[in-house]
Amino acid sequence: MDHRPQAWGRPRDDVYGAYDASYMNTNLPNQHTQSPIVTGTSVVAMKFKDGVVMAADNLASYGSLARFTDVKRLRTFADTSVIGFGGDVSDMQYLDRHLTELGIDEAYQSDVGGHNLNARNLHKYLSKLLYHRRSKFDPLWNHLLVAGMDEDDKPFLAAADLLGTTFTSPSLSTGFGSMLAQPIMRKYVPDEASVENITKEKAVEVIKECMKVLFYRDARSMDKYSLAIVTKDGVELSENKLENQSWAFADRIKGYGTQTV
Amino acid sequence: MAMFSQNPIMNGPNYSFAEAPKAAMDGLREHRFNPYTDNGGSTLAIAGDGFAIMAGDTRLTSGYSINTRYAPKVFKIGGTTSSQDDANILLSVVGFAADGEALQERLDSVCKMYRYRHGKPMSVNACAKRLSTILYQKRFFPYYVYAILGGLDEEGKGAVYSYDPVGSYEREQCRAGGAAASLIMPFLDNQVNFKNQYVPGSGIGHELQERDRVPLPRDEVEILVKDAFDSAVERHIEVGDGLQMMIITKDGIEEKVLPLKKD
Repeated sequence: MDHRPQAWGRPRDDVYGAYDASYMNTNLPNQHTQSPIVTGTSVVAMKFKDGVVMAADNLASYGSLARFTDVKRLRTFADTSVIGFGGDVSDMQYLDRHLTELGIDEAYQSDVGGHNLNARNLHKYLSKLLYHRRSKFDPLWNHLLVAGMDEDDKPFLAAADLLGTTFTSPSLSTGFGSMLAQPIMRKYVPDEASVENITKEKAVEVIKECMKVLFYRDARSMDKYSLAIVTKDGVELSENKLENQSWAFADRIKGYGTQTV
Repeated sequence: MAMFSQNPIMNGPNYSFAEAPKAAMDGLREHRFNPYTDNGGSTLAIAGDGFAIMAGDTRLTSGYSINTRYAPKVFKIGGTTSSQDDANILLSVVGFAADGEALQERLDSVCKMYRYRHGKPMSVNACAKRLSTILYQKRFFPYYVYAILGGLDEEGKGAVYSYDPVGSYEREQCRAGGAAASLIMPFLDNQVNFKNQYVPGSGIGHELQERDRVPLPRDEVEILVKDAFDSAVERHIEVGDGLQMMIITKDGIEEKVLPLKKD
């Protein structure tokens, strides 16, 4: 006698034979669609007259948990380009490995001993890869910014997302940054012509201002960030921390911020 | 008696439904990933007597965000090199930008292969048919784009072919596509094909004579295009920033970029 209530009233295998469970299975093929798990937030970047400045913080979130606090989300490619990763961190690491391999292969194949891929080539390659994966319904859940110099040694900055959508602009940002940082950057570089008036120092200052605004308003952000400056002389990658934080306004906030009583 | 061991794991009787799958059985499953998005924007093409004009705004959006203010939607197709100096066909794509770019690159490589194999550029008519088959090949996972093809036909007259995302196409005098198509198309019906325009005093009711349809001159068409986009920008949030116009004549292709409102 089986006393487990789950079994009551069910046909016994020794009486009726095993149930053919194949009736219950679907004939649909396996689907490898996922959703992002450990994620990085915004990447911001803007052009200046001799190159591009890009920044991204060092946080990898697990939902609302600040899970990893020392993750570098900017990566150089062949000392001439920088890629900023927003979105899923494991897909970022996959792309990182893939790009390392690509860099080695390219260095072997080129006859000058160096590489031949500039930032434009790299962006095209990555966007094709992303579009291919979205077409397989197995996307790489990232939003990328690619910065560097193009074939004429002019500053190059472009974005590619998980759907394979690509675009370029004098300033770009992913995630929350497209709402909070992009308006700040567009004040300085509204069009390609205005890039000529921006110095490296000014661009770094604007990017740091953007990282400050993002840290104060984006809950999935942190105060430590990587900052990269790309010029035709190469890439300067540095680690930064937002200093002189002021939370004095915080105890005056009531409700959602607009409440006065 | 293993049969009455009260423990199915110890070779006792098993119960069929214990191993029934717990997940949803059949039918539609919800997928988080949607391979499409709408990047907004609008396009417009008008054929004249010895020319065709293709135009599109240069804004690229996702949702309420403007990704960039300059992303061209009109492309030269089928030149010998990537500079497209000797191209003889124009293509405009609007809808999902990633599919648009993929389609543009594919049609361009097809036309380049044709030129390489036959030693002459592809005719607009042939290219139009080819584009239709390219779109239909992806009938069950379509390129989510509204394409318009433009050029000059064998007689040197302006030709405009418009498509739906799965490859249905027809040759037309004019066509608007994309986000503001429903705003622009009626204006074109009236101003290009003179719909609802009658000769004053020509009669009453059915006796009323329609205004004669004549191809418009190029300068008038350019103004018409600018007016159409200025109106669309006023009423559609996904349209704006810049107006890219390509004009194809027997002398080649001319490109113009005019400003539109950026709000």
